[in-house]
Amino acid sequence: MRLPLLARWLLGAGVAVALAFIYVPLLVVVVTSFNSDSTFSWPPRGLTLRWWSAAAQNDGALDAVATSAKVGMAATAVALVLGTMAAFALSRHRFFGRETVSLLVVLPIALPGIVTGIALNNAFRTVLGLDLGFVSLVVAHATFCVVVVFNNVAARLRRLGGNVEEASMDLGATRLATFRMVTLPSLGSALLAGALLAFALSFDEIIVTTFTAGAEIETLPVWIFSNLFRPNSAPVVNVVGTVLIIASIVPIWLSQRLSGDTAGGRI
Amino acid sequence: MTAGAGAQVGLPRRTLLRRSSAALHRRPWLRLGGLLSAPLLWLGVAYLGSLAALLVTSFWSTDTFTGDVVRVWTLENFRQLWVEDVYRTVVLRTVGIAATVTVIDALLAFPIAFYMAKVAPPRVQKALVVAVLMPLWASYLVKAYAWRIMVSESGVVDSVIGVTPGFGLVAATLTLAYLWLPFMILPLFAGLQRLPDSLLDASGDLGAGPAFTFRSVVLPSVLPALVAGSIFTFSLSLGDYITVEIVGGPSQLLGNVVYDNIGAANNLPFAAAMASVTVAVMVCYLAAVRRTGALDNL
Amino acid sequence: MATRFTQAGSMRSLAGSSVLLAVAACGTSGGEESTDTSSGGGLAAPDLPMLQEVGASEDELNILAWPGYAESGQTVPSVDWVTPFEDKTGCQVNVKDFGTSDEAVSLMKTGEYDVVSASGDASLRLIAAGDVEPVNTELVPNYADVAEFLKQRAWNSVDDQMYGIPHGWGANPLMFNTDEVTPAPDSWSVVFEADSPYAGEITAYDSPIYIADAAMYLKATQPDLGIEDPYALDEDQLAAAVDLLEQQRANISEYWSSATQEVSAFRSGDTVVGTTWQYNASLAQSKGTPVKTVVPKEGITGWSDTWMVATDSEHKNCAYMWLDWIVSPQINAEATEWFGEAPANLKACDLASDENFCETYHANDEAYSEGIYYWNTPIAECLDGRTDVTCTDYSDWTTAWTEIKG
Repeated sequence: MRLPLLARWLLGAGVAVALAFIYVPLLVVVVTSFNSDSTFSWPPRGLTLRWWSAAAQNDGALDAVATSAKVGMAATAVALVLGTMAAFALSRHRFFGRETVSLLVVLPIALPGIVTGIALNNAFRTVLGLDLGFVSLVVAHATFCVVVVFNNVAARLRRLGGNVEEASMDLGATRLATFRMVTLPSLGSALLAGALLAFALSFDEIIVTTFTAGAEIETLPVWIFSNLFRPNSAPVVNVVGTVLIIASIVPIWLSQRLSGDTAGGRI
Repeated sequence: MTAGAGAQVGLPRRTLLRRSSAALHRRPWLRLGGLLSAPLLWLGVAYLGSLAALLVTSFWSTDTFTGDVVRVWTLENFRQLWVEDVYRTVVLRTVGIAATVTVIDALLAFPIAFYMAKVAPPRVQKALVVAVLMPLWASYLVKAYAWRIMVSESGVVDSVIGVTPGFGLVAATLTLAYLWLPFMILPLFAGLQRLPDSLLDASGDLGAGPAFTFRSVVLPSVLPALVAGSIFTFSLSLGDYITVEIVGGPSQLLGNVVYDNIGAANNLPFAAAMASVTVAVMVCYLAAVRRTGALDNL
Repeated sequence: MATRFTQAGSMRSLAGSSVLLAVAACGTSGGEESTDTSSGGGLAAPDLPMLQEVGASEDELNILAWPGYAESGQTVPSVDWVTPFEDKTGCQVNVKDFGTSDEAVSLMKTGEYDVVSASGDASLRLIAAGDVEPVNTELVPNYADVAEFLKQRAWNSVDDQMYGIPHGWGANPLMFNTDEVTPAPDSWSVVFEADSPYAGEITAYDSPIYIADAAMYLKATQPDLGIEDPYALDEDQLAAAVDLLEQQRANISEYWSSATQEVSAFRSGDTVVGTTWQYNASLAQSKGTPVKTVVPKEGITGWSDTWMVATDSEHKNCAYMWLDWIVSPQINAEATEWFGEAPANLKACDLASDENFCETYHANDEAYSEGIYYWNTPIAECLDGRTDVTCTDYSDWTTAWTEIKG
């Protein structure tokens, strides 16, 4: 669109400021991963690849990434199912309490993580008497991931309308066949965007995880947190951070390509 | 597919699948019930149930030495929260910071979201989306420590502008604004995308300058999206305790008080009471913004 | 289409709320039955049995430890006394670090850990809550070599029953940046007084137990308050300590709760003086930061850590094997030398890589040890024996700490 020159300049400046704001700290992370001093000093006293080689050999880091990935995938799967169901329910039907249900879906992510964390911890350990572990963690993560999937699917359903599905059923397909052959494909990219965002949220989550993971499960954020306590190995976390930033380009770009709608997913 | 010309096309066989499909079609509430059952069970019963259990705990107290919960009903926790000044101060301080973070994020997010949605050519737009989303994957802790390095004496900020806020509330606010920025950019971007270009052109045609168009056309349309983003920045800042520990210096926020009471004091009832305050704040906020349609824009 | 559902909707919400109420009514449990802790003078520990013999390894052990206490080669590959333990006993070890005693206490309540290295401000709380059980010292052969002055102390035993095996002990000296802080301080006034020349660059330990440091300072500077034991403070004495700490708060750059945090602050120059552990000081020095530690004239607080066994542990055999391992001369030497504290097992002195190790840390110096105000848990019955007043307990200190931080 056409904008007067001043507006263009201001806009450009705003974009530049925002991008600088976003990337300067990330650059600090990258630089610090080469800092020969292990106590986060600035400016870096010297450069070294020591932390990079330490990270490559660090089984703990790799295990933590694997654990986080497993938890993320499980939580995303659950969130996909629940979120889609809820999205269908709320988009295709009018009923009493509709707004309340939509509020309920948003609640886990709208409430501070520490509240969700201690509530679920309390529920698991003292009310239900269960041990914390993989299951409790997946349950906790899925709870706040539902809303991400829900929003994407609901938005897509709103855009689609019910006509194509009705037509399909008029032509003799069962509900299941319609869902499989008509609805699901058109939801595809919304589901993907939602899944990706849900996975990202779960992957980097620390606060709720602290309260619901128990002793044996070490996701990546937990691993990073405990390594920050160890002064001599703390810089490895910067290596891990750098790797994550670079590695994340792939899934994000992929989801952009696959989703025709460039909204990049709605949180 | 197999019928020849003139042959009768038979009705589909009435299998169980077909019959149930038809039944579901005739009874929408059955469909609805089926769809809602699992999510409601999970969120409504399990999640709300655990919140309720936590709320119940806030009416109990702790044996001060052993840390075990004493199940005797009392309003002591809430009385303490109300009477002692420090808690009120902490709550107000936290709400203030959360609001400041929201404003900073809104100001920072808007230009880039507008650019991405309205001005950027498609390839640039895609690249920008990737650029904005990438930091989400860098670990929260790593980013917070990066800010610690930046605001320390002779850190990045000091080297560039000669003075640094040091560890404290300013640093904490900046760091929180940094961490939640993508959560503000994305809904704004989506909201701006939905704003038809023709509307902006029409406003220009009618003689409005960019500033006026912004105030009277753009802003009202993206208000739901703005509020949606604010829900995230506000709630994420409200309960955060880790950032304050890393860059906040000697300060404490609401999240720290809750966390300390679970950890240090082993006083779950008091922590629960404090947590209830955050829940109350957020529920009020959500109820207030429901009218703006923000919840559809998340 | 809407009307049909209204009925179903209200039925559902009714069912839902009754389920909610039922769940809420069950609510939280009270943990173990806590026995009456106000009987007699002092602590009444629950009556728990102790292990009578060490059986076969359970192949797993979950350790809750101060950072640096259970090294498995993750920090520096050669610093590792966990892997040899795993090889010897078959107990696969998971280590979780904690930053403050408070974290340790709450983590122990999860029941997920088998052994914990508890300082005195945690141990009594764990004992009283029944989270740890008495330790049968006869099952730990190396206990015999532990320094006598560490046995049967107020924080690791109740009624002559030991609740753990001592690991070592150390002090919280004053650390200062030798380039920035001149002349070298000899008093805690440099961190407590409002007119300190280093205002804005002071640090303090982020835990309510730090109140004892303030009390210790007041004992020397305001004797008419009558403070004898910095852990036995009545309400007036606590109020005085809180005032002092609120005054200090205005000059604090940052409260530290992990070694990395304090060392990074000293390195960047955000902090130049404050309380520390020897471990942090050695770490900073190894990075080239010009720091030194000093024992100020008002005295120092310190800590003596005890390895304790969780009551609900499912791996008690491995737990006892660990207790014996960690206090064996060679391993105790490695562990305490790495952290920077005096070893509990005096035979470790000959095995340390630095031959002056025990001298530096006054390991044999009973008099020095007696001069330290070891971390203890404040309880209502005054630890200094006063019966005419009620002392403030740890929860009062925690509330006070929140107020101090503002």
